[in-house]
Amino acid sequence: MNIVVCVKHVPDTEAAIKPLPDGSGVATEGLNYVLNPYDEFAVEEAVKIKEAGGDTQVTVITVGPDGATKSLRTAIAMGADEAVHLNDPVFLETDAQGTAVILAAAIQTLPFDLILCGKQAVDDDCAQVGPALAELLGIPSVSVVTQLELEGDGKKATVHRELEGATEVLECTLPAVLTTQKGLNEPRYPALPMIMKAKRKEIRTLDASALGLSPDAFAPRTETVEVSSPPPRQGGRILEGDVAEVVREAVRLLKEEAKLL
Amino acid sequence: MAGEIWSIGELRDGELKRPSLEALTKARALADATGRKAALVLVGQDLEATGKEAAAYGADLLYLVEHGELAAYRTEPHAKALGDLASERKPEAVLLPATSQGKDLAPRLAARLRTGLATDCTDVETDASGTLTFTRPIYAGKALEKVRIPDARPQMATLRPKVFPVGSPDASRQPEVVRVTPEVAAGAVGTTVRETVQTSAGRIELTEADFIVSGGRGLKDAENFALLEELADTLGAAVGASRAAVDSGWRDHQDQVGQTGKTVTPSLYIACGISGAIQHLAGMSSAKCIVAINKDPEAPIFKVADYGIVGDLFEVVPALKSALLEAKS
Repeated sequence: MNIVVCVKHVPDTEAAIKPLPDGSGVATEGLNYVLNPYDEFAVEEAVKIKEAGGDTQVTVITVGPDGATKSLRTAIAMGADEAVHLNDPVFLETDAQGTAVILAAAIQTLPFDLILCGKQAVDDDCAQVGPALAELLGIPSVSVVTQLELEGDGKKATVHRELEGATEVLECTLPAVLTTQKGLNEPRYPALPMIMKAKRKEIRTLDASALGLSPDAFAPRTETVEVSSPPPRQGGRILEGDVAEVVREAVRLLKEEAKLL
Repeated sequence: MAGEIWSIGELRDGELKRPSLEALTKARALADATGRKAALVLVGQDLEATGKEAAAYGADLLYLVEHGELAAYRTEPHAKALGDLASERKPEAVLLPATSQGKDLAPRLAARLRTGLATDCTDVETDASGTLTFTRPIYAGKALEKVRIPDARPQMATLRPKVFPVGSPDASRQPEVVRVTPEVAAGAVGTTVRETVQTSAGRIELTEADFIVSGGRGLKDAENFALLEELADTLGAAVGASRAAVDSGWRDHQDQVGQTGKTVTPSLYIACGISGAIQHLAGMSSAKCIVAINKDPEAPIFKVADYGIVGDLFEVVPALKSALLEAKS
């Protein structure tokens, strides 16, 4: 079975995020970049399937700048076999839909039975690439997957998908794109020998011309006109007194001031 | 003829979910501001009665896309049916609620239409001609971006639930009803729904809840969450949890509020034994009112709380429940 995992190199969630002074984007200088947390579930699931037996190859792929090789190597250290880096300055100027076009062009040149990716990237929070990629490849997609079981013949999967207050159980023919959600598995911490080995792994790098893509094909359809900080919450007050007084005051405030009760 | 502003409705148990009415209200406002028509688009089966009732919230047109194969939501056939209709009718904009269904459908539809999509928007403004500016949180709400779709059409967006208001229905509204019966080849769809399992055990789901009581590391173990559940019952609230509580195995992943959990927009969020890590705040800082209960006066949560109680949650939570019951009677 050939599994392709799409990943993204993103600032870690500890980062304090500030807009650039001119509002044209976020200040990314000095931020620590890591493998997108939701993509960790995708990589882990692919590696688990590989470890379950059968002849499975896991290829991890990303659209990203030079530094994105760090996240590709994290995925390899977790157990991915091959890595493809779609690296071209022009790729960085597009949006989520454009990224899906680029990935589709690359993935079409690879054998694939299953495509996994995180449900969203924790930087832009777009949550678009997975389903858009499936549409471009003409295959089914299921988003926000919390459980995955492959049928013996590798042609179908039973998936659990998260809805509001419910779980939907679906059967899906393969190949398909599944976007992964927390709860699908527990991503492993790569062992040191794997990390060392991943450092030496050769990564295949492709640019727009290698993919035969003209910039028009993946031009962004959305444009960001401004990035700003959200309005800060007004500081509130600390209620003083013994427990009985404090809770009575809280209830009074919720009723009379906040008008919520 | 100026392109219409569409809102795609989402049905649950035959009724239009509230976020769909939020999107329709917004479509109405945008249509009024630009001299266009607003449309409600429903996909499924036997939609007329529900559609006409919902249209009272602002639809000039009601598209009913009906076929047996579309009765239960599945991504591909719904995206295809909507894509075909949009290609034919050429709306100016298509709005969907950013519910799990909307978030699943919109990117597939946008790819199909080769158009742009702004997801999880918290505001939509328009100029006189109908070029929209979408405001959306990024980095889990640590920043906001304003986005436009200058050329591609329709302009697509999903709207974050519980942010946009629902207008008053006008029962006298008579929308023009357009019936569409698409071709859906039964065998052509790759996904089949086997069953839907309710997981929220009778409690309202976090992203739909107006009141949330949430617990963190301070709860110390799973059993202590019973205290929060009792407080929640008094308020008719949902129960959330921080990542620490979920990773410790005390609560389910579905209960997690935060950057790698759910983003919630309740009227009231009561954070118990939660320190207020940056990733947790990302999930709940747009709650209208935040109450924090924590032993540590330096806990970052107190910087965002409207009302802070420095104290032992094992004393404060039961006392708060009693005080609420007293106030009710």
